Amino acid sequence: MQMVWWNCVAAKSGLMSGRLALRWLIGGEWRFHPARFAMTAIAIAVGVALGFAVHLVNGSALASFNGAMRGISGGAALSVRATSPLGFDEQTYPEIARAEGVADASPVVSLNARARDVRLTLLGVDITRAAAVTPALIGMNLRGPGAGNETAFDETALFLSHQAMARTHARVGTQLAVIANGRTVLLRVAGTLPAAGDTAELAVMDIAAAQWRFGRLGRIDRLDIALSDPAAADPAAAEAKLRARLPPNAVLSSEAAQTAQSDAVSRAYRVNLDMLALVALLTGGFLVYSAQSLSVVRRQRAFALLRTLGMDRHSVIAAVVAEGLAIGLIGASVGLASGYALAWAALRWLGGDLGAGYFGGGANGVVFQPGAAAVFLALGLLAAVLGSAVPAWTAARAAPAAALKNAGDVRDPRQRVAWWPAAVLMAAGAGAALMPPVARLPLFGYIGMALLLAGGVAGVPWFARALIAPLAHRWRGAVPDMLAIRHLYGAPGEAATALCGIVASTALMIAMATMVSSFRGAVDDWLGSVLDGDVYLRTNAGASFDPALRARLSAIPGVASMTFSRQLPLTIAPDRPPLALIARPVQDRTNPPLALIARVAQTPTNTVPVWVSEPAQRLYGWNPGDTIALPIAGQTRFSVAGVWRDYGRQAGAVLIDDRDYERLTGDSGRDQIAVTLAREAQLAPVVRSVLAALPPALRSQTEMTEPATLRRFALALFDRSFAVTYVLEAVAILVGLAGVAATLSAQTIARAQEFGMLRHLGVTRQQVSRMLAAQGVIVGLTGALAGIALGLILAQVLIHVINPQSFNWTMSTRIPFGTLAGVAAALTGAAALTAIIAGRHATAQSAILSVREDW
Amino acid sequence: MRQPGLFATGGALIAAIAPVSTPYPAVRSGAVLHFPADHGAHPLFRTEWWYVTGWLQTDDGKKLGFQVTFFRTRPPIDERNPSRFAARQVLFAHAALSDPATGRLVHGERAARVGFGLADAKSGEAAVAIRDWQLQRLPNGQWQTRVSASDFALALRFTPAQPPLLQGSGGYSRKGPQPQQASYYYSVPHLRVTGRVEQNGKPASVSGEAWLDHEWSSNYLAPDAQGWDWTGLNFDDGSALMAFRIRSKHGGTLWAGGTLRKADGTTTTLGPADVAFRTVATWRSTATGAVYPVTQDLRIRVGGRIEQWRLVPMFAAQEMDTRRSGLPVYWEGAVGTKGGRGYLELTGYDQPLAL
Repeated sequence: MQMVWWNCVAAKSGLMSGRLALRWLIGGEWRFHPARFAMTAIAIAVGVALGFAVHLVNGSALASFNGAMRGISGGAALSVRATSPLGFDEQTYPEIARAEGVADASPVVSLNARARDVRLTLLGVDITRAAAVTPALIGMNLRGPGAGNETAFDETALFLSHQAMARTHARVGTQLAVIANGRTVLLRVAGTLPAAGDTAELAVMDIAAAQWRFGRLGRIDRLDIALSDPAAADPAAAEAKLRARLPPNAVLSSEAAQTAQSDAVSRAYRVNLDMLALVALLTGGFLVYSAQSLSVVRRQRAFALLRTLGMDRHSVIAAVVAEGLAIGLIGASVGLASGYALAWAALRWLGGDLGAGYFGGGANGVVFQPGAAAVFLALGLLAAVLGSAVPAWTAARAAPAAALKNAGDVRDPRQRVAWWPAAVLMAAGAGAALMPPVARLPLFGYIGMALLLAGGVAGVPWFARALIAPLAHRWRGAVPDMLAIRHLYGAPGEAATALCGIVASTALMIAMATMVSSFRGAVDDWLGSVLDGDVYLRTNAGASFDPALRARLSAIPGVASMTFSRQLPLTIAPDRPPLALIARPVQDRTNPPLALIARVAQTPTNTVPVWVSEPAQRLYGWNPGDTIALPIAGQTRFSVAGVWRDYGRQAGAVLIDDRDYERLTGDSGRDQIAVTLAREAQLAPVVRSVLAALPPALRSQTEMTEPATLRRFALALFDRSFAVTYVLEAVAILVGLAGVAATLSAQTIARAQEFGMLRHLGVTRQQVSRMLAAQGVIVGLTGALAGIALGLILAQVLIHVINPQSFNWTMSTRIPFGTLAGVAAALTGAAALTAIIAGRHATAQSAILSVREDW
Repeated sequence: MRQPGLFATGGALIAAIAPVSTPYPAVRSGAVLHFPADHGAHPLFRTEWWYVTGWLQTDDGKKLGFQVTFFRTRPPIDERNPSRFAARQVLFAHAALSDPATGRLVHGERAARVGFGLADAKSGEAAVAIRDWQLQRLPNGQWQTRVSASDFALALRFTPAQPPLLQGSGGYSRKGPQPQQASYYYSVPHLRVTGRVEQNGKPASVSGEAWLDHEWSSNYLAPDAQGWDWTGLNFDDGSALMAFRIRSKHGGTLWAGGTLRKADGTTTTLGPADVAFRTVATWRSTATGAVYPVTQDLRIRVGGRIEQWRLVPMFAAQEMDTRRSGLPVYWEGAVGTKGGRGYLELTGYDQPLAL
């Protein structure tokens, strides 16, 4: 009995002192190598900061985008909306107003307008209806609520939202020339729209004046609905009843559908950017892994001593993981704070748009997202903890007795490296990548990429061995090179640690670079095939070229032909962004002027042929030969005669012969002209005559561009939308390179004893340097090769899974050979340089001291 | 005499800036009213209203006051606008129910441009409607109204017991020192009321007595008018009294007038010197801060004799804030007096009517 008790105490006190020693050990490590811990924490901080900042910027931009949308919708919970800017018949208003379940309905004319070169949404409302349905759209003059009615039915009165007032520099009383639907009308700013929010660029006027002055008689664009109390109790049923009463060119849209629509516009982009930002965090995780691996190896004998003192294996793991947790906590907290600061700065100086043009208006301020903050904190912690747990687990596996004697690599180079974990991971990744999208997002694509990356990294030791083993057995070269190769062969674990980070960051960079180059090449080719005119004219703010004018323009000397087209947004589903309906002449219906990627020989009779863009095909499932409905012309049936490539309109596009379009809609206006010059004609005089032939009012609303400009503009837009991508990518590379440098230099410095021994054996300092350089080159090259191979595989997932599932367009792979060579050279060079510099440091002290040094 | 609302009064201001395109007919003395045609709308005039007020009693003896008003206004718009939405005529309606059991007045409102079959004010016969709210005169001479708001609904039928009472000189009613500051104005007092009142979903049959006003004009308030006090009283003996005064911005009375019709039909027209209001008690609205003389002594001179009535409100809190629908804050309440009852209207107490 006594003995048992004593044993317990002994065991307990042994454990206690073991814990104490561990604490000293860790404390000492932190005290003597603060820079290493700081660097790992910074790596985590950078990853978290980038991810959080990107998420915050996008979230804030979306919030203000949604705010603007709410401002324009005036807070109506339910609206009937025209599917196109052609609007719908105003007689729908009394019919819906009298429908069962409708308490009140407010008709709205909605126009894209400009005033002083500021784009505005101009709404024409009936103040008596808006008061009951959308009070937020009621303007207020400065004399307070009781006195605001002089202007109630004033046809020249215009009310501006805060943002519209600021952008146009107008004040109450200002006479403002407002352009919409091709007409310019002088209106008097009568007051403000205090309830429209801060972000909406909104102007409100009288509906009758808007219809008359802007040429919209008989048409309305929106009907805001207030449901009666009993109907509001079951809105789904009420909406179903209303839907049955709608004309074909209108859809019923709830507030939720509106939010879904504005969300859908940019969602794939935002998610992709988030994922990209996470790459930086992932590389940060690898850096933690490298640093902790080294630190664990260095402390192996200490851990072994602790194990013999009675501490169990789990406590060692726990201690190292705790270290990782501390690094993660510090790094992630710093990352969150700097991410917020970064987002604030980005919004302050760059606006809310990160270059892709999804959020033109910009955001007002950072909208803090506690949920996202928690997620990024957790991810930062996870990266740091995982990066620590893996080496800790490896260290804890070592038998304490063996580890006590040997501080070197615990792996036997003759042991075969298993290839199957890598193969299983990569197979799983490939399988995941083949899965369909989830909620219109390539969720499994991302999972597939992560698995492929993990598989690739897991396969690095095997790959390195396969590459170095033949060299080690056959190489008969200079002594330093042989030493380098034999070292890499003899200490495989060390090489693998350094390689993981290199491979991961290289692979991701190569994947992105390959995808972007494929995409850019595809866009470039596509622009070449699309821009076949010599000069283009386009109207803004809804102006159009009428048939008589078009005839006059076509007859101008020097003009070989003019292609007139009309492009207008068409809403197919209320919760999705509108696609583009393009009406232009199609002379040869079997061979329309498009980059066709699929076609049918014969369309069904009694249908109108249309050609849909690839995104439209993928979004709406419109395959060649299908008969589809388009909400423009009653019950007309359309058939898909072909699918064309389009990188310009992510929400989809549909081309229709302009004769069919005019017959179905009665709209004879065209807003774009592609001019083809006669063979001997000069551009400048023809352009002058064309502009001279336009009526003055129209001339001021017509923009003229040459294809080269358009092409340059389109490619600049492309590059700008990938600018953030490049930045994130560069940061990931830098973190990766920093990891490589840290790993290699630490490994080199740890070998000071070995260098001393070599010097004693007669190896010169130069030869040691050359050995280290050779080692660096081999590690860098191996990493680059593995990284490029893995990157090209990942690029296939980006090109054929992530891109089509996110943006609904496909492309073929173009490998950026220059980039590949550059990356390989940079990595190899950086690795060699790091090894040499660190080697110089390690061989700086005298050989005798180095040999005697005992840690 | 009824409050015209800001749309009418503000019109003068718009006319100054808008193109002079809306010639409103002037109100002249000597015109003769023809019934039933003049029960209907007079769309050329700038402003017009039909106003029914009265006291009701439910089957179980509960007393209620009610008001149903339809306004018509012709805004000074460009008449050439071919849009079906052009605001050629705009209608407003108010309804209120005063319940002494709760001491509260509940009210509802409607507004719409005439058109699309959703709102209309017919000429030639009284038929005004905004969606489901309506006031009309039936071929048999009865009037009926139907309104519903969130807290209450009224479905009432009014049977005239007396012929219309032409105000002023044969329906030409002076409102100010200038002869054009006038309106065409007649009343139908002693309307017998039957129908149903629904309060918070509970219907009740009611009966009672009401007063109808119908008035139209283009320009009648003097520029320095602050507001007015108006009352219409049905007396138990069958006589009826309308009296008003227009208060000056500078204090005092700018104009006053009224009509007393005895049960036997003898009618006395009252001039500015024949009508006097004197405040007895005031009530301050906590919502708007306005102070209303809700209890007043009304004195008139008929045939050289002074008669006096004390007007006592059913309860004090009968203010209506209708600014949300574009009309002003005013007090419109059921009042009782010795041997009779009716309604008192007090306008311009929170701020001058925008003139």
